[in-house]
Amino acid sequence: MTVAAPAVRFRAVTRHFGPVKAVDGVDLEIAPGEFFSMLGPSGSGKTTCLRLIAGFDQPSAGEIEIFGVPSAGVPPYARAVNTVFQDYALFPHMNVLDNVAYGLMVRGVGKRERHARAAEALALVKLGQHGERRPVQLSGGQRQRVALARALVNQPRVLLLDEPLGALDLKLREEMQVELKALQRKLGTAFVFVTHDQGEALSMSDRVAVFNEGRIVQVGPPEEIYERPRTDFVARFVGGSNVLPAAVARGIGGPDAPCSLRPEAIVLLTGPAPEGHAALTAMIEDAQYHGAARRLLVTVEGADLRLAVSIPAAEGGGFGPGQTVTLGIPLAALWAMEAA
Amino acid sequence: MRSDRASRPLKLAALGGLLFLHVPLLFVFLYAFTTEEKSYQFPPPGLTLKWFGVAFARQDIWDAIGLSLKVAALATSVALVLGTLIAAALARRQFFGREAVSLLVILPIALPGIVTGIALRAAFNLLEIDYGLLTIILGHATFCIVVVYNNAVARFRRLSGSLVEASMDLGADGFQTFRYVILPNIATALLAGGMLAFALSFDEVIVTTFTAGQQSTLPIWMLSELVRPRQRPVTNVVAVFVILVTFLPILAAYYLTRDESQHK
Repeated sequence: MTVAAPAVRFRAVTRHFGPVKAVDGVDLEIAPGEFFSMLGPSGSGKTTCLRLIAGFDQPSAGEIEIFGVPSAGVPPYARAVNTVFQDYALFPHMNVLDNVAYGLMVRGVGKRERHARAAEALALVKLGQHGERRPVQLSGGQRQRVALARALVNQPRVLLLDEPLGALDLKLREEMQVELKALQRKLGTAFVFVTHDQGEALSMSDRVAVFNEGRIVQVGPPEEIYERPRTDFVARFVGGSNVLPAAVARGIGGPDAPCSLRPEAIVLLTGPAPEGHAALTAMIEDAQYHGAARRLLVTVEGADLRLAVSIPAAEGGGFGPGQTVTLGIPLAALWAMEAA
Repeated sequence: MRSDRASRPLKLAALGGLLFLHVPLLFVFLYAFTTEEKSYQFPPPGLTLKWFGVAFARQDIWDAIGLSLKVAALATSVALVLGTLIAAALARRQFFGREAVSLLVILPIALPGIVTGIALRAAFNLLEIDYGLLTIILGHATFCIVVVYNNAVARFRRLSGSLVEASMDLGADGFQTFRYVILPNIATALLAGGMLAFALSFDEVIVTTFTAGQQSTLPIWMLSELVRPRQRPVTNVVAVFVILVTFLPILAAYYLTRDESQHK
């Protein structure tokens, strides 16, 4: 049995900018055809990793392989990857069709063939009728599609996307999430998707790598990242989860470790705590209505601890700041994490 | 639509400024047609076209025009290549001393021409270069580079860095990226800078005085004619020609750069 080489492999990759370690000893493997997200706050090293794959930047140490081929010294134009840039980077002096055909043009594909293939790529992103326009005449969403078509027309084996949806409004962003995912399934190309939006990463990816301060904190399928965070950074950043210090967790009969606790797992009690639940008295600081859910921000009495509680909007319409409530914490919902 | 109208004193001041700038030019035109050849007498005793014929027949004028055009064209070419390269280097990268280098590039145009002239003369003597076409071109290139650089660097800064990366990412090597992405985006800036450089070189006197050998460029020729009270209106005919030659490229450069900002 032959094992296919991973689409992208990082081996102890480090990138320093002077004293700053933008990427600090990253190991990862991205499978062919995988939708892989790099998630993290700005400055966490995810975009630098993308630029290292594209070849715009070179690692200070470590190795990057693309389909088993070491990429050291390979210039960007000789790599089997293409990039969709955050600002789209469309050529302002060319029309849309020539923008999309650019990669074919510089490789010497004849005019008729490259225009035919560019038109196909535009049709793929549902922009078939805009070939004659200039980029400035398009909306943000349309430019984004042109950038996508321009990368895909070269049939890359890995497509790199640098926060491609960041500049779009919410509705368009959700539409594009669905379309990107469908496109990726159809083409079978590995997508490496950089984002700081956890919802985006969770909803589209096969696997997510969570970055913090130049390192990968956790990598795994979205469910695992969301439900079983490895550190409190992942818990807070990915899911807006509550983090209970080890002392509090131990005090209510849970594990002797910092624990994550999802806001929707907490219930409000009116009587004694049911089996498997610990009761905590807390005061409401703020109550927010979010449509489907109601979010309470509470302070636990006797502990310096604030928790977010999410309850169905139909319950507890009468809650307001200053009120005291009893929280039921299901011990089974406490997920023990590594001490920071 | 502009709702605020300029007040009357402001209009008068603007008119006065325009007259101050342009009435002298009208005299240059007027005296090209006067019949009085020894001194500039107002009003001219009579009008004639004969000086155009006289100027046309004089070989020294043609030599001076030819030399000036040659110098301006070559100095501009040198400046286009070097100015663009400097701009590309300084606009993109951050490195220690970048601001200082940028200042050094602009300095020749801020320095009095006479200082540039003396400095160049000292350098040419040291290198034992004979004064002639080459030294005039080198002298002019010092300030032509600045003009091209200034135009190009502004455009390079507007050119998003990711365009170059996008081009490389899509498979273009360095030369293709320059040819298909960078050049089309800076072309009008280079044209405008080149035209300004050409116009500057064409009417330069001071640096030329220091770097020319026996030859006369057109402005030098005119200067020497002024001290000789012979066929004075011929100088005016040539001056009219110089005004046209320098004014047209500057006008064109103005329109080229203006259009760009409107498209934004």
